[in-house]
Amino acid sequence: MHFAFDEDQLEFRAQLRALAEKQCTPADIREAWASPLGWSRPRWAALAEMGVVGITVSEEFGGMGLGLVDAVLLLEEAGRAGLPEPLVETIALGVPVLADAPGQQGSVLRSRWLSAVADGGVRIAVGMSSMPAVPGAEGAELLLLERDGELHAVPAAAVALTPRPALDGSRRLAQVDWEPSPSTLVVSGFEAEEVLAALGDRAAMGVGAVLVGVADRLVAMAAQYAKDRSQFGKPIGSFQAVKHHLADALVRVEFARPMVYRAALSLSEGDRDASLHASMAKAMASDAATLAARTALQVHGAIGYTWEHDLHLWMKRAWALAAAWGDAATHRARVLEILLAKRP
Amino acid sequence: MDLRFTSEQERFRAEVRDWLEAHVPSASRGTGPLPSLDTAEGFEAHRAWERVMYDARWSVVSWPEEFGGRGAGLLEWIIFEEEYYRARAPTRVGQNGIFLLAPTVFEFGTPEQKARYLPAMASGEEIWCQGWSEPDAGSDLAAIRSRATLTTGAPGAGTEGDRWVLNGQKTWCSRGAFADWIFGLFRSDPDAERHRGLTYFLVPMDSPGVTVRPIAQLDGETGFAEVFFEDVEVPAGQVLGGVGEGWKVAMATAGSERGLSLRSPARYTEAAARLVELYRRQAEADPGRAGRHADDVARAVIDAEAYRLQTYWTVTRVLDGGGVGPEASMNKLFWSETDLAIQSTALALLGEEAEMLGDDSRPPPWLDGFLFALAGPIYAGTNEIQRNVVAERVLGLPRA
Ligand SMILES: Cc1cc2nc3c(=O)[nH]c(=O)nc-3n(C[C@H](O)[C@H](O)[C@H](O)COP(=O)(O)OP(=O)(O)OC[C@H]3O[C@@H](n4cnc5c(N)ncnc54)[C@H](O)[C@@H]3O)c2cc1C
Repeated sequence: MHFAFDEDQLEFRAQLRALAEKQCTPADIREAWASPLGWSRPRWAALAEMGVVGITVSEEFGGMGLGLVDAVLLLEEAGRAGLPEPLVETIALGVPVLADAPGQQGSVLRSRWLSAVADGGVRIAVGMSSMPAVPGAEGAELLLLERDGELHAVPAAAVALTPRPALDGSRRLAQVDWEPSPSTLVVSGFEAEEVLAALGDRAAMGVGAVLVGVADRLVAMAAQYAKDRSQFGKPIGSFQAVKHHLADALVRVEFARPMVYRAALSLSEGDRDASLHASMAKAMASDAATLAARTALQVHGAIGYTWEHDLHLWMKRAWALAAAWGDAATHRARVLEILLAKRP
Repeated sequence: MDLRFTSEQERFRAEVRDWLEAHVPSASRGTGPLPSLDTAEGFEAHRAWERVMYDARWSVVSWPEEFGGRGAGLLEWIIFEEEYYRARAPTRVGQNGIFLLAPTVFEFGTPEQKARYLPAMASGEEIWCQGWSEPDAGSDLAAIRSRATLTTGAPGAGTEGDRWVLNGQKTWCSRGAFADWIFGLFRSDPDAERHRGLTYFLVPMDSPGVTVRPIAQLDGETGFAEVFFEDVEVPAGQVLGGVGEGWKVAMATAGSERGLSLRSPARYTEAAARLVELYRRQAEADPGRAGRHADDVARAVIDAEAYRLQTYWTVTRVLDGGGVGPEASMNKLFWSETDLAIQSTALALLGEEAEMLGDDSRPPPWLDGFLFALAGPIYAGTNEIQRNVVAERVLGLPRA
């Protein structure tokens, strides 16, 4: 038992944090929001250069060959930094699907896409038929799309996109029109059920990690503001109502975090309770982020309600991701279902 | 990152489990359940159980062997606790001593004090209660007024003849009605700054001048007591830590109370597992009704699990040489709220049945658990005080 990250993992996070401090300031995020793509190609290239984008790609294809436990800290950091780049879909969803894709088609997909992902030339978007629109579809070179329980790998050239604007300016959603064909099929039938279930679990964990980072940032911003802003002749952070709001939000974030880490560990080890752990993590992370957003806004007062203030860059991410890949209530229902299916 | 126990630890777990299976008082063996801890008879029955554990060296696994423990590590302690709750073994009547006072004695006690107090505490021969709160000093603990006055012994008797005389009143002392010793905070220097003039004393409850007035708790039983001190003489050797150092020593105890040792996660994960079973039964009988509480059940179960993982996270940090600072206050907030969430959800599932007492007129387990859980946000520093600590010491917000 050693429930902690090792030095290399922490060092990797420190590098990403340093990069984000330089290249992902609130002004950079705003610029991304205003750009056609919603994120920045040079920053994606810098992330690829650092090894972040290819973290889960095997060394054979020029990646880092690392796992979800290594990735989880980076995803959390991405949330904290407010990185507009859609990292989760590529590193936690797409790459593992390609890595495990069965048969001849699997090896074709791997040699066609994986080194390009690691090089930073390819982004992967993931769309389920239950989604109203696919996030990050614009700018993705490869789309993994589910229909009728089958999973397909569709190159960008074979889809038609209709942009669907979203509240979070860097979450570019699009309606994707495409036709399944034998040449795009990755898995079907019973096998697809398993692949899609695992994909959903990784999404819950990965998005959960981003949410914990987002929530952490929101609490930090609000705590800083509570020290800086004075009313009645003293910092508002000296008022107990403000303190208690922030303490409660912080507690929810701090207790969600190890749940997300454990989910990453269980998924990477193929633990038989991995789905349970992923759902527990997403339920806690969604709630922590929603509470942090609500609290941070309240602590900021009217200034937090403006477009001009940076708070909304993180709040909107929190709201969007809290609902993505199953909201808290959905995952709680799943947790209970899984527990009831176990005989005592 | 690794969340598995070693095979040696798993062997330890198996050994604990086997022993508990063979020894935990149980209805099937005609040895249990024990009568309520908060009755004279129940108190003695629980004391006897402590002795049974002590004789097999299970009462304080993490202590050094010379004091009755096994020198086991933090993780083994957690494993022991998991098995203890799994086995539904009796409430630890000695908990104030072994979980709160003992870590403080290990840190601040002299070798003589360790030898004198720890083994008797481990065996249940001496059960301790905590004498901190006073009628006018609750959350504001440093406002205590009970006094300690130094009187020198006969002329030329030297320091060893020094005696302290205690006067005043303590209250809400858990298990104080039947305990043998009390550890308490007294004001030894009325002129010093209020956190400075305090001293931590160890006092036998049968000392001349000590009067105990039991207080019935919410469940009607005498779970705590008021303790009056009238010219109670205490030798200088019964000061723990230095004279005037009481606040510092007490804060170390409070750290144990909020941090790792008082409430191990197994308590909540076991209760959460029983909650799922209760849900299963209720849902079989009336799915519609039970279903309305499904979200709360899942929430409580997830929080119990989060507390467990947070504990592993903290334990790893401690084993790697780190400490438990003001994060202990987050812990306290979380376990107390989680406990309440579990117990109140169980009552909600029971619906109108929840108010019913057993044939012995005592609250059945869920109601009992609910009543007890309600105290969690109050004792060990109220949750409002913990939120202040989190905001000021973790987030760095300014004091009022
Ligand atoms: C079951 C139980 C067992 C106990 N066992 C022991 C024991 O063994 N030994 C012992 O010494 N004590 C014990 N206590 C006492 C416990 O430590 C005190 O109840 C606690 O410290 C609160 O003090 P109080 O009850 O005087 O409440 P008060 O301090 O009067 O507080 C009343 C309310 O005001 C709030 N409040 C007070 N100050 C502030 C502030 N600064 N900011 C915000 N809110 C504030 C509190 O949070 C609370 O909600 C026990 C209590 C219970 C319920």
